[in-house]
Amino acid sequence: MEVGRLPISASQRGKLIRAGYTTLSSLSSLSPSDLARGAQTAWDMLHEEQLLRRITTSCADLDNILGGGINCKEVTEIGGVPGIGKTQLGIQLAVNVQIPVDLGGLGGKAVYIDTEGSFMVERALQIAEASVLDMVEYNDLLRKEHRKCQVNLKPNDLLESIYYFRICSYTEQMAVISYLDKFISAHKDVKIVIVDSVTFHFRQDFEDLALRTRLLSGMALKLMNLAKTYNLAVVIFNQVTTKYMEGSFQLALALGDSWSHSCTNRVILYWNGDDRYAFIDKSPSLRSASAPFSVTGKGIRNSASNHKRIKLM
Amino acid sequence: MADKLIKEMGLPKSMANVFAARNITTAQEALALTDFELMLLLDVGMAEVSSALARISEIACPPYQTALALMEQRIQKEGHGGHLPTGLKGLDEALCGGIPFGVLTELVGPAGIGKTQFCMKLSLLASLPTAYGGLNGRVIYIDVESKFSSRRMIEIGVQSFPDIFNMKGMAQEMAGRILVLRPTSLSKFTESLQQIQVALRQQQVKLVVIDSMTAVISGDYGQGASRQHLLGWHVSFIKSLAEFSRIPIVVTNQVRSQTRDEGCQYSFQVRSTEDPVGYDSHLVAALGINWAHSVTIRLVLEAKSGQRFIKLAKSPMSPPLAFPFNITAAGISLLDDYGRELKGAEINKIHSHGHSDVINFDGKGCSDQWGKPT
Repeated sequence: MEVGRLPISASQRGKLIRAGYTTLSSLSSLSPSDLARGAQTAWDMLHEEQLLRRITTSCADLDNILGGGINCKEVTEIGGVPGIGKTQLGIQLAVNVQIPVDLGGLGGKAVYIDTEGSFMVERALQIAEASVLDMVEYNDLLRKEHRKCQVNLKPNDLLESIYYFRICSYTEQMAVISYLDKFISAHKDVKIVIVDSVTFHFRQDFEDLALRTRLLSGMALKLMNLAKTYNLAVVIFNQVTTKYMEGSFQLALALGDSWSHSCTNRVILYWNGDDRYAFIDKSPSLRSASAPFSVTGKGIRNSASNHKRIKLM
Repeated sequence: MADKLIKEMGLPKSMANVFAARNITTAQEALALTDFELMLLLDVGMAEVSSALARISEIACPPYQTALALMEQRIQKEGHGGHLPTGLKGLDEALCGGIPFGVLTELVGPAGIGKTQFCMKLSLLASLPTAYGGLNGRVIYIDVESKFSSRRMIEIGVQSFPDIFNMKGMAQEMAGRILVLRPTSLSKFTESLQQIQVALRQQQVKLVVIDSMTAVISGDYGQGASRQHLLGWHVSFIKSLAEFSRIPIVVTNQVRSQTRDEGCQYSFQVRSTEDPVGYDSHLVAALGINWAHSVTIRLVLEAKSGQRFIKLAKSPMSPPLAFPFNITAAGISLLDDYGRELKGAEINKIHSHGHSDVINFDGKGCSDQWGKPT
């Protein structure tokens, strides 16, 4: 297996590759002190990662275009057609935020706000189980000689660290987002808030569009404050609608033009032929690019396709 | 939660009075205004407004659960971990047990493919005692196009579970658990939904079937945005019914040809491709993309080269599998329990090649898998 495809953050991968370790076998033949020889390097990696604080998506290509993963202190909006994998990505992130600091993760917990009822515990368990297996495998490799460093997490532990809110109306949605300030100050280990989806309750039968715009922008502001105050990642999912633009009907994310300015980063998940792709539509710091990913029994993973990896726009 | 009264929230008396004076009585009304608007309306300082809103939000917010607690609750309290087994082994495995409780499952496909057959079988399964894999409960079947046939359903029962149905009085009892409603207009349909809400609280209703959702409004109104807008309230309501009573709700949807009005690419895709995507005519699910977002599980029933398939087009917990099936005297049966995994967007396409069967509900038109009439 190549280092480039390991489910660890992109900057760690980059460092390993630049130091010349491109396959797992090359790593496994080393002792930790060899790796630590750039003693600085190994420690720096972990240290810098903590400062940069990105949550991996478990897909190397997706992490790459995101600059290493989902960023804390920012709101990332992710939209796509039904069935493309938004909820899958949400569950994957809720699990990945819990990857221990020793393995390059944040060791945090997740808040999952479900407005549509799409969160299926059976699937969360599948993803948690696969994640634990990946962590054990990676840990074994890193700590080859110090086997006493075990990964103590079990899939049920991962499920226990996901705080699940089921929201059934737009009022409850406003309420939970306001309440999160108090909740997170009491649960400071929460490092990601996922809203799946932000659209649903605002799309059904909302007569007063001016009110809708006001409520949505108020909500976007609160989420941004939450992200900055508590140094966590906020990921919100949006649905898709059709819009008449440039002479034809096209797909666009829902909730209108004023909403489209509200989020810092905007990622669109779409079908490109037979593959799922993600496109960075808007970001102050990331370059516009698209990358393939896939949804497997284990969760979000690299695409198995042989096509050229990342396409820069 | 949205209707919680402000006066019962334990706010400081002065604040509670101010809200009442401005006629803001429920959480919904208070949260519909921004902090600033409330400050102006109530004529109090920002600090008081913020703390009042924080309190109101905390009360109006539903309680949380850890995902672990959610899972344990489902396994302990609900039959089959919160699923209605369909009796189709491959499908049940892919769905981690069967049709899930608490969410909408959609069956979409061309006319005569077997959606109603499947619904009737599910209704029967839900009414069966738990010892036979059922939910031992009542079923409410909203039959918009008058396709439900009790005779066919009893036939399915007798063929699938002969030992129960040949017992005296059993057929009558099982059939007696299924209530069929036939609303003739959108407003009558709305009434039916509200009746269902009442029934859910009082009786042991374990499954609601709506056959078909498309027919509900196709008679009254035109296509496009107006249709989607009409469904808006209904979709939310039906989803909340499923959620609160933790029952499966199965909805059927029809198909139509894709029109030129459909977008299928984003603006960044349009820019980068040189040749415009040709609109080859194929079938799509009716009711639009907004509806497609609202259902949790979408099962596509289609026919390719004369063979019928049931596909898991949208499911948060299953791979994109397609199972070949036939309609038999015992309902639907899969020809292969392993299914074929489809790549990419193929799982969403709906085909109707070589499909011309129309099922006759008097039993005369039904044939077994070898084509012999039964």
